[in-house]
Amino acid sequence: MAEAAAKRDPNPIPAWSLPAGQVDRIALPSEWPERVTRAWALDGSTGDGVRVCILDSGVEAGHELVGAVDGAVAVSIGEDGEPVVDEDVEGDLCGHGTACAGIVRELAPDARVFSVRVLGAGFTGTGTVLLAGLRWAVDQGFDVINMSLSTTKRNFAEILHELADRAYFRRTVVVASAHNMPVESYPWRFSSVISVGSHEQPDPLVYFYNPNPPVEFFARGVGVEVAWLGGSRIRATGNSFATPHMTGICALILSKHPELTPFQLKSVLYLTADNVGGRE
Amino acid sequence: MNEDRFRAAVAAGVLAAEGQHRALLRSIVEVARSMFAAAASSIVLLDEETDELVFEAVAGEGEDTLLGQRFPSSKGISGWVLNTRQPLVIDDVSHDPRHARDVAEQTGYVPEGLMAVPLLHEERALGVLSVLDRQTAFSLAEMDLLGMFANQAAIALDLLLRARRAKSALDGAGPDAARVAAVAAALDALEGERRDAGRRLLSALEDVLRH
Repeated sequence: MAEAAAKRDPNPIPAWSLPAGQVDRIALPSEWPERVTRAWALDGSTGDGVRVCILDSGVEAGHELVGAVDGAVAVSIGEDGEPVVDEDVEGDLCGHGTACAGIVRELAPDARVFSVRVLGAGFTGTGTVLLAGLRWAVDQGFDVINMSLSTTKRNFAEILHELADRAYFRRTVVVASAHNMPVESYPWRFSSVISVGSHEQPDPLVYFYNPNPPVEFFARGVGVEVAWLGGSRIRATGNSFATPHMTGICALILSKHPELTPFQLKSVLYLTADNVGGRE
Repeated sequence: MNEDRFRAAVAAGVLAAEGQHRALLRSIVEVARSMFAAAASSIVLLDEETDELVFEAVAGEGEDTLLGQRFPSSKGISGWVLNTRQPLVIDDVSHDPRHARDVAEQTGYVPEGLMAVPLLHEERALGVLSVLDRQTAFSLAEMDLLGMFANQAAIALDLLLRARRAKSALDGAGPDAARVAAVAAALDALEGERRDAGRRLLSALEDVLRH
């Protein structure tokens, strides 16, 4: 969108350098409160106007904890070996994507939820399908992409890194599950995404900043009641459930402060984290 | 040692290794079951050729029926864990009608709760370790323990896969490999100066063949 606007502007703001006469043109809003608090960041927000993408196993639309899904596609490998993106007519093949959508909906009831299914086409093509799904989601310009998944394949890491950076500069926030196992996996290790591990507290709005990265934030991930297949509910644990909590919180903040870039959003998350004192 | 005996000895070594690795996997699921006071524990391995998950080791419920059973690699909770590399704990999985039906068809036993963790070795996802119906209270520390256990299981599984590949290569080796085995057996039978001379000759032959 920014690129399209720049094309229309006969005298665009310089992108690669800043001549002296242009400094006034990049003046940005400076209405920051004296102290950034949780109340300033998200009180009163419902996630309205924010588009959230669940990159997972699909989403069961109409589940009472999920409600309407604004769009759903499935990525698979076509006959020519290339990934293809089609409308998803199968819904959720596991239950996990529905769980994530339900958590986002609980926190940000008015956010718009979209599903990109990157699982279910067999194990062999998963990496290719995952990359294609993320590329598609970044191209759509979603505000937040929830990635409760990771890959250990190093040859995918470079492309994932490029996509994560591309999302970052296009104002799409990628929220990704960290690993609690001794393995090298991606994309959660990239600094352009928001990586999430679990804490054991039951409050969905409690989140902590981790001063010992690469895991950057801890959100609720233990004993969470979540939506599952066939209209059911189950109690589940894992970083993959902590991640949509952080996604929902990002949706709340972006709904109230749509001007925030991913860099600024991460700073707001830091300043408002429970262990940083921004909850008052 | 003649050619057949040499090949048989190598094959026996590989087969023995597979047997030992199976015992190790079996031991891992038994200890996992015991640690979490669980009704059952199992390891499923990815068969990359058929894109299926296969039960390799089972302790407790289902141990008589599940070994060798297969299911699609992207299906259900194990499929999700394998594909996403993320561990998962579910406390009342019997509420999931599709999972309950699929599992009941396979085993006749529908668990209430399960913990599933991917078996990751270097870049590869090899399979999934599951613990069903544990009696212990759940905490993040328990999850970390399961993760460490899965790391051990993944190493055992990797060794098992290597042993299988070695056996497969041996079984499918053509006449050239048989001749190399025969030469190795002949060298093995020599002693003293003749053995040293044989080694020098083989080194020279290797140089000729490589360049």
